[in-house]
Amino acid sequence: MEFVDNFWFQLVLKLAGILGVVLTGALVVIYAELKIGSHMQTRIGPYYAGGRWGWAQPLADGLKFLQKEDLSPTGSDRTVYGFAPYVVMMATIAVFVVVPFGPDMVGANLDLGAFYLLAISSLSVLGVLMAGWSSANKYSLIGGLRAAAQLIAYELPLVLAVVAVVIQAGTMSLNGIVDAQQQTWFTIGSFNISAPFIIQGQILGFAIFMIAAVAELSRIPFDMPIAESELTMGYLTEYSGIRFTMFFLGEYASMISLSAIAATLYLGGYAVPGVHGNIVNLLGPGVLLTKVAILVFVIIWIRWTWPRLREDQLQTLAWTWLIPLALLNIAIVSIFKVVF
Amino acid sequence: MSKNVAFPFPGLVKGMWVTLKALFKKAPVTMYPDVQEIPVPRARGVISLDVDACTVCMLCARECPDWCIYIEGHKEEQPPSKPGGKPRVRATLDRFDIDYGLCMYCGICVEVCPFDALFWSPEYEYSETDVINLLHNKERLTEWLATVPEPPALER
Repeated sequence: MEFVDNFWFQLVLKLAGILGVVLTGALVVIYAELKIGSHMQTRIGPYYAGGRWGWAQPLADGLKFLQKEDLSPTGSDRTVYGFAPYVVMMATIAVFVVVPFGPDMVGANLDLGAFYLLAISSLSVLGVLMAGWSSANKYSLIGGLRAAAQLIAYELPLVLAVVAVVIQAGTMSLNGIVDAQQQTWFTIGSFNISAPFIIQGQILGFAIFMIAAVAELSRIPFDMPIAESELTMGYLTEYSGIRFTMFFLGEYASMISLSAIAATLYLGGYAVPGVHGNIVNLLGPGVLLTKVAILVFVIIWIRWTWPRLREDQLQTLAWTWLIPLALLNIAIVSIFKVVF
Repeated sequence: MSKNVAFPFPGLVKGMWVTLKALFKKAPVTMYPDVQEIPVPRARGVISLDVDACTVCMLCARECPDWCIYIEGHKEEQPPSKPGGKPRVRATLDRFDIDYGLCMYCGICVEVCPFDALFWSPEYEYSETDVINLLHNKERLTEWLATVPEPPALER
C-alpha cells in the first residue's frame, strides 16, 4: 500500500474529489434554485426533463449552453476575454483546498488557512473586472466596475468578521478553528459542553459574514453588477456558450464554497458537538454538506424574496454599518478573549 | 443621504415568511397537456362568426387595433319584395379572416358589431405548428359558433 502515500496519487485523488464535489454540488444547487424559486412563486418549475420532477434540467441546460456558439465581440480583447471565466472558476475551486471535510479529509491543512481563503476568494474580482473591461461593451464595463466597487467594499467586512473568529480560535488553520469549536466551552457537573462559534457569541460576526458573502456572490439583494433592468447582464452581457457556463457554474460553486467557509468558521464545520474519535472522519463530509445545504437554502430564499438594493444604498450599508459593526465585533471578542 | 432611509426590519422578515409559506403550499397549476383546463364560461378563447348576420359593414375591421380582420364582399341584386317594386341590393360576404397570430383578444370587434355577428367562445385549443394556419377563414370561424355559450337573460 505504499502507492497510497505517493504525493501524486494523493494529489490526483484530492483533485478528483474536490472537482466532483464542487461541480456536482453546483448542479444540485442550480436545480434547488430552480425548484425552490418556482415553488416560492407558486409555480412548479422544471417538471418533464429527466422523467420526474425535472431532475435533469440543469444537465439539459448545460448541454444546451455547450452547443451555443462561443462569440466574442468585435473590438474585444480576445485573450483577456477568453481567460476571464476561468479565473473566476479557478478562484472558486481553489478555496476548497483548505476547507476540511473531516479531520483528515482536507486538501491541505495550511497554518494560514483563513488567510489563504480570503486571499484566493478575492481573486475572482480580477476575473470579473477582466470580463467587464475586455468585452468592449458599455454595459459590461459598467457592470464590471460596479462589481469591483462592490466586491472591494464587501471584502472588508468579510475579512474583519473572519478576524474575530481567528482571534477567538487562536489559529488561522481551518482544522484548528474546527477543533477550537470542539473544545470544552464550560462544564456543567461532569458534562463538557462544546458549541460552535455562532453560539459562543459570534452571532453578529456570522450575520456580517453572511451579508458580505451574499454581496460577494453578487446575488439579489446585491446584484447591481448584473442588474438586468439597467445593465442587460452586466459583465456577463457578451458571454455565450461554454464561457457563460463557466461563469454560471462559478456563481453556484462559489455559493457552495462561501457557505462551506461560513459553516466551518461559525457552525462547527464537519464536527458535531459531543462526537469525537474516528467516527468524525466518516460523518464529517455529510455533516458539513448538511450545514452547507442549510446556508445555501437561506441564500436562495433571500434571492426569491427581497428586492435589489440601489448602488448608493449598497455602499452605505457596507461602509457605515457593516465595517463599524465588524470592528466592534473584533473589539468585543478580543476583550472577552483577554478577560476570560 | 441616508436620513430618510427607514430601517426595513419587520418588512424583510415578513417577506421571508410569505415566501416560506408559499414554498410549502401546493402550487395552483393545471398540468395542461395532461389535464384539461376548464375556462370560465365567458372566457375570451376564440371569436366566432355568424355569416348570416354579417352585413359587410367593415366596422370590426376598422376598429381592430391590430388590423387582423380581413373582409371582402360584393353586392348582389335581390328580386323586389313586391311585384313591380324596385330590385334590392344586398351585401354578401366573400371573405372574413381573422389572423389569430396578430389578434390580441381585446374584443373590440365583438363589442362594435351592430348586427351581433361576432361572439366570444371559450374554446382555446387551436395552436398550430405553422403560423399561416392561425389565419382562420369564415368557414372555420363559423365552426366555433356551436361552442358559443347562451347569452345571459335580458334585464327587465
